[in-house]
Amino acid sequence: MKRFFFSLVTLLLGSISTAHAGIDDAINSATAPIATFIGQVVFFKIPIFGAQLPVVVLWLVAGAVFFTFYMGFINLRGFKHAIQLVRGDYADPNSHGEVSHFQALATAVSGTVGIGNIGGVAVAVTVGGPGATFWLIMAGFLGMSTKFVECTLGVKYRKEFDDGHVSGGPMYYLRQGFKDRGMEGFGKFMGTFYAIGIFIGALGIGNMFQSNQAYVQLNNVSGGALDGLGWLVGLILAGVVFAVIIGGIKSIARVTEKIVPFMAVFYCLFAIIVILMNAGSLPQAIANIFTGAFTGEGVAGGALGAMIIGFQRAVFSNEAGIGSASIAHAAVKTDEPVTEGIVSLLEPFIDTIVICTITALVIGTAQVADPNFAGESLGVAMTSAAFEREFSWFPIPLAFAALLFAFSTMISWSYYGLKGWTYLFGEGDRGQTIYKILFCVFVALGCVVQLGPILDISDALVFLICVPNILGLYFLAPIVKREMISYFARVESGEIVKFK
Amino acid sequence: MSKKLLVALDGSDCGRRALNAAVQHASLTNSDLVLTYVIEWTPYSFHTPQELEERHQRRESEIERANEAILASEHAVAVSEGIKVETVVRHGKIAETLIEVAKEYDVGQIYIGRRGESLVQMIFGSVTAALIQTSEVPVTVVP
Repeated sequence: MKRFFFSLVTLLLGSISTAHAGIDDAINSATAPIATFIGQVVFFKIPIFGAQLPVVVLWLVAGAVFFTFYMGFINLRGFKHAIQLVRGDYADPNSHGEVSHFQALATAVSGTVGIGNIGGVAVAVTVGGPGATFWLIMAGFLGMSTKFVECTLGVKYRKEFDDGHVSGGPMYYLRQGFKDRGMEGFGKFMGTFYAIGIFIGALGIGNMFQSNQAYVQLNNVSGGALDGLGWLVGLILAGVVFAVIIGGIKSIARVTEKIVPFMAVFYCLFAIIVILMNAGSLPQAIANIFTGAFTGEGVAGGALGAMIIGFQRAVFSNEAGIGSASIAHAAVKTDEPVTEGIVSLLEPFIDTIVICTITALVIGTAQVADPNFAGESLGVAMTSAAFEREFSWFPIPLAFAALLFAFSTMISWSYYGLKGWTYLFGEGDRGQTIYKILFCVFVALGCVVQLGPILDISDALVFLICVPNILGLYFLAPIVKREMISYFARVESGEIVKFK
Repeated sequence: MSKKLLVALDGSDCGRRALNAAVQHASLTNSDLVLTYVIEWTPYSFHTPQELEERHQRRESEIERANEAILASEHAVAVSEGIKVETVVRHGKIAETLIEVAKEYDVGQIYIGRRGESLVQMIFGSVTAALIQTSEVPVTVVP
């Protein structure tokens, strides 16, 4: 793997002397075959009824369906309690000052609400037709159960260091959980497998894809003024990320963390306005989603094809089954791991069922009104075009929002990746710095390569890490179920005190 | 009426002035003091994962600072006057938390120092103003 990084880095440095556009091209042609190869390995596809079903998508969906049933539809049952927890109804005043449920949720959400919510949905609709939206929502709903299981485990098996800081996440629960079940050796292997996956995967989904789409959107609103200057935008972005994660300039991160939620609200608000302005097309757009979901008209592989695409994009967006959120939630100081699991139910809900659906409807209504509204645009550019039909100025704030979403996602993922790294190589400062520099290099690279290969690499790497994670979740689910039953019994009996 | 007096401290001079007034009052009426230090905090803020990780450590050190540096010295002042003293350190919104503590400890009156009003406070209202508006027990503001 190291050799692969090095060759990319030398390639980047080596081509700086050539013309600007030349750099972009050179990197593109170098990465495309690598992406195709990784994509082929991970997305090993089984042909069923004419559709190509990637094994890994099946793996994730099967897990989500299983956890939904096994936990007795916790995604529905736990919803109300999740909101009570986030509101602080059960927060003991004496524990004030610790990370609140709201803060943990907000951090995890700003890690997941990224370009996927704007651009990923457009990709789904382009490839899978309007019906993909239905499956996207379905996957979001099922994914809530997976999140519940992984975040509960993340808190239960986190590691507390002597100086009081905590690390948690799948690598820790895989190791410890399997050990508790008498499979110590296997647990160690799985923990390591996951840690490698998350630290490499962080360079894709949480990094290159984000910076790539941010650049595309910037270039788009500037009317192509940044054509061939991807490397420059990349270097600037990488510089800012560098300032935050290595320079420790927390103020930048803090500002972003504060703006992102408002941007998300602003985005949804305008999306709803756009949908309302197209209200005439709305019934048709919704009808298309439902009919497309079951007929898959015009989609390669028909209904199953639409389903696969929808599921794939949903997971890419809400990260259920990938285990990343459990790393963020593990920092919460609580005696009840189940509470974090319940709160995390809301993440796929907010991310996929609310934000992605809204985006899908904006695109869907635009498509009804004018099937060719977006021309050749793909990804974020397509969503942008749908907004532009109503508000000609919208691409500019959208580009700004995309940039911020991308940035906050990158900051979150740099942390997730770092946790994988420190799990493997220890908490040493020097190692951490090496990882962080590597991360910044990939931010810059992301702006230079093309969307297609980037998506392939990102998807492939991310899905790779869900293999050990979900396998572990199956084994550890009985523990979560026991805790869940005990917790709800104590809420019922009043042993767990409601303060508000 | 409860014999307890709550004193809001924040490590500044105005907190000390409130304490002095409360000590006088307490020694005359033979009341107990509840010295309360509220660390400004809200559960509804946004943080990076790194900040979440460090939160517990930071909370501990905030509480330690509040306890040691401020309450210890204030405590000594009151104890030397022969008054029974309890101390509370808590995170939260200042006015709201003071009122919560007042209820919990069955306090009869709250003492708080007045700070110089800044422009922001004149527009959005100060902690003291919020306390006066919402407190269920008498509030004494010490200039």
